[in-house]
Amino acid sequence: MSDLTRMTATEIAALVAGGETSAVEVTRAHLDRIAAVDDRVHAFLHVDTDGALAAARSVDERRAAGEELGPLAGVPVAVKDVLATRGVPTTVGSKILEGWRPPYDATIVQRLRDAGTVMLGKTNMDEFAMGSSTEYSAYGPTHNPWDLSRIPGGSGGGSAAALAAYEAPLAIGSDTGGSIRQPGAVTGTVGVKPTYGGTSRYGLVAFSSSLDTPGPCARTVLDAALLHQVIGGHDPRDSTSIPQPVPDVVAAAKLGATGDLTGVRLGIVSEFVGEGAEPGVMAAFRESVDALAKLGAEIVEVSCPTFAYALPAYYLIAPSECSSNLARFDGVRFGLRVGDDGNRSLEEVMSLTREAGFGPEVKRRIMIGTYALSSGYYDAYYGQAQKVRTLITRDFTTAFERVDALISPTTPSVAFPMGARTADPYQMYLADLFTIPTNLYGGPGISVPCGLSEGLPVGLQVMAPTMADDRMYRVAAALESAVGTFTPPAL
Amino acid sequence: MTTTLPAYDEVVARYEPVIGLETHVELGTNTKMFCGCPTDFGGEPNTRVCPVCLGLPGSLPVANKAAIEAIIRIGLALNCSIAEWCRFARKNYFYPDMPKNFQISQYDEPICVDGYLDVEVGGETVRIEIERVHLEEDTGKTLHVGGATGRIHGATESLVDYNRAGIPLVEIVTKPIAGTGSLAPDVARAYVAELRDVIRTLGVSDVRMEEGSLRCDVNTSLNLPGQEWGTRTETKNVNSLRSVERAVRSEMLRQASVLDAGGRITQETRHFHEDTGDTTPGRSKETATDYRYFPEPDLVPIAPDPAWVAELKAALPELPRVHRRRLQQQWGLSDLDMQSVLNAGAVELIEATVAAGTTPAAARKWWLGELSRRANESGVELADIGATPKQVAELQGLVDAGKLNDKLARAVLEGVVDGEGSPTEIMTNRGLEVVSDTGALTAAVDEAIAANPGIADKIRSGKVAAAGALVGAVMKTTRGQADAKTVRELVLERLGVQG
Repeated sequence: MSDLTRMTATEIAALVAGGETSAVEVTRAHLDRIAAVDDRVHAFLHVDTDGALAAARSVDERRAAGEELGPLAGVPVAVKDVLATRGVPTTVGSKILEGWRPPYDATIVQRLRDAGTVMLGKTNMDEFAMGSSTEYSAYGPTHNPWDLSRIPGGSGGGSAAALAAYEAPLAIGSDTGGSIRQPGAVTGTVGVKPTYGGTSRYGLVAFSSSLDTPGPCARTVLDAALLHQVIGGHDPRDSTSIPQPVPDVVAAAKLGATGDLTGVRLGIVSEFVGEGAEPGVMAAFRESVDALAKLGAEIVEVSCPTFAYALPAYYLIAPSECSSNLARFDGVRFGLRVGDDGNRSLEEVMSLTREAGFGPEVKRRIMIGTYALSSGYYDAYYGQAQKVRTLITRDFTTAFERVDALISPTTPSVAFPMGARTADPYQMYLADLFTIPTNLYGGPGISVPCGLSEGLPVGLQVMAPTMADDRMYRVAAALESAVGTFTPPAL
Repeated sequence: MTTTLPAYDEVVARYEPVIGLETHVELGTNTKMFCGCPTDFGGEPNTRVCPVCLGLPGSLPVANKAAIEAIIRIGLALNCSIAEWCRFARKNYFYPDMPKNFQISQYDEPICVDGYLDVEVGGETVRIEIERVHLEEDTGKTLHVGGATGRIHGATESLVDYNRAGIPLVEIVTKPIAGTGSLAPDVARAYVAELRDVIRTLGVSDVRMEEGSLRCDVNTSLNLPGQEWGTRTETKNVNSLRSVERAVRSEMLRQASVLDAGGRITQETRHFHEDTGDTTPGRSKETATDYRYFPEPDLVPIAPDPAWVAELKAALPELPRVHRRRLQQQWGLSDLDMQSVLNAGAVELIEATVAAGTTPAAARKWWLGELSRRANESGVELADIGATPKQVAELQGLVDAGKLNDKLARAVLEGVVDGEGSPTEIMTNRGLEVVSDTGALTAAVDEAIAANPGIADKIRSGKVAAAGALVGAVMKTTRGQADAKTVRELVLERLGVQG
């Protein structure tokens, strides 16, 4: 049998379904791979060896008993440490939740289990999903498998790196401002931010409730679609979940893979192809646009002038919501508690706990958000940012009257060296310049590998109208069929 | 510190009070506001909890539709406009009994606004304007252990019970109520009483003040006539109707004594003490907490379908005031008579007695007469006196059937109140039935005539009024168990005199 870790989820599922390999064998291969490379990559915060093997055995038994299993049964998945997993440590990359084992599963985790996938463990992330490099993880950074001295993107660097390092064929991420798509772009993998409300947030430890969107990560567009289909759809436990079925993203990915985009109109976002992006990124992007045109797509340029204000609006809305969402981490009910020596007041214990438990970027955003929501400043900051959000949404809906989908580079640059931007938060924030508008709007976005620049992967982003996730899968799969996938150098 | 408080009459002669009431009502829904945990009162600490009402990381709220229906019905009963679109908001502050360190409430978009509730005070109708009615979640309860007072001061440990966390709470806020003068305490009480009756009629809460399912904060301020309203204080821990009245009065007196001495009122929260009837200062509100309200992003807006709201409105039960009006008319009572029925807390009792077949006049007579007297004597509410409407109706039935006269009926009623059984049982057991056998009665009358020949002659000569003496004699020999009217007729008949 050839190396199971090099296979796509689709291939693995077929082998397991056909009895040519077992879920246990597949799981062992990936656990072995993790053991071999993860001390260098550090994609995982926790590897659930026993849980994974038990889940795999259960799949094999069910198959042996003749049960009909789902399309991803027996396929290993790595889950970002932002999702609650019953009995399995969930830290959100923060010291404040060190040792916390949730008493419940996130809806997505439950759906993964029900589908017979095998959860390998929890992947590294910037603390509370705040960051673009995974360097803000309280448990040390993740390294980009393409170049271990470079960042794997963030906040979901762990999930993306696990895919690029062949530690897992599938992963779950969460995208608040680009945390799935940007890591996908810089690791040469596929990252999908579904329509807001298309995937359940129940059990996703909140950063910014109105923006957080869990989604699939994979090495191919079809694999991402299969995972999307499993985790997506209405969840009555999430009030913001859309009560509609998932668009048929698998069929769309298969249609796209035929390489025909005749009749599809794509709009290049003018604002994102100016001086904001590196020349090497722009070159790869232009070549991809030519490829898309060759597949029959009609290419136009579309101006979305308000996108220029997306970053400042985002850095008011997301911190505002996080300042409230993170208030519950006070040492009273779960997680870290510092200074409770019987002499200190409750307030002192809460303060000491939060002082010790939160890292610098989290504190920075809590302070920004607290300020932006405070009486007398609310209208000027949070209120104003919400208005900008409305305008950005309007730009999207206007654009989608003209085109089927918007395209842009996913990120302005390829993976930057570790440490290059930690001293300058604004430079770090710029990594999400092209991905943030989609979050403010609520529509879906996908990053698909489109080429290399200086030997490092470049991603192309496709953005679609809300609940038209299938549309972007079709375009991404078509591009993938034209440019192929990209394999990092051996570790 | 002892200060002599001014007399109430002097205070209301010098100052004009402005009051306002914020009332919290725990809804009687089966489940909590944002999760499926049960809401029953009691239960071992922290047994009625889940990831959502404990605020565990990752958990999300989902609004309880039954609670939204309940608050809309309350809003409609209070003549409010119902918002076609509104949102929940987060009220941010740190406190251990708040699982998320923010409370899901409503801020500038309450679901019900601009209503009113008419209440009767001293025969007058006072319209209380309602500013807003909104929905929020209750907090947990903190228990401070080790201190002498059960308060946080001096405690060695604090325990938190989250069973109450997330129970749906409706907050009803009045607009400032001015111009009620010396009646301000009565108006406050009448408002809370009326509100309680309205909500009870709707069946959305058991509105028990002693169990905390109806809680009241009372705002009070004083100003000189013609001048701006004064600084207000907010009195909490007001747990009975009587306390509402006392809290307003006590705060009026206290503020007047401060103002009389040239002092100024501090804007603060004060605590009412049931035992002394005083208020003491709590936390000062001058350094106001910034709650950093913002729309709750985890919940979709509430957008009740206007057709549904119209349906709810059409299906509202008859509200207490209208109900009372109708009863007053049916019972043929003057405003004054109706007021005494209300004051006695006898409306529902009389209504039930009438429903059991008694005339309104008779039902009112028993409840406002004998039974009210007994209730006053033993210091219990009329409803708790021990006699039921059904028993009162049965008693009156015996009177109507001529089996009991008024005096005997009172004796039977005493037995009912003392728990001796049903009126019929008591009548039989105690042998209290009216002697209706005319043969025996005629014998007793003849006996009385024979024993009092002088009186008998007077009657024969036309002094009919003298018959009373013979009736009394007959009543005595029959130990009161005869019908006086029948006896009188018999006396006259036997003496051959026209009545």
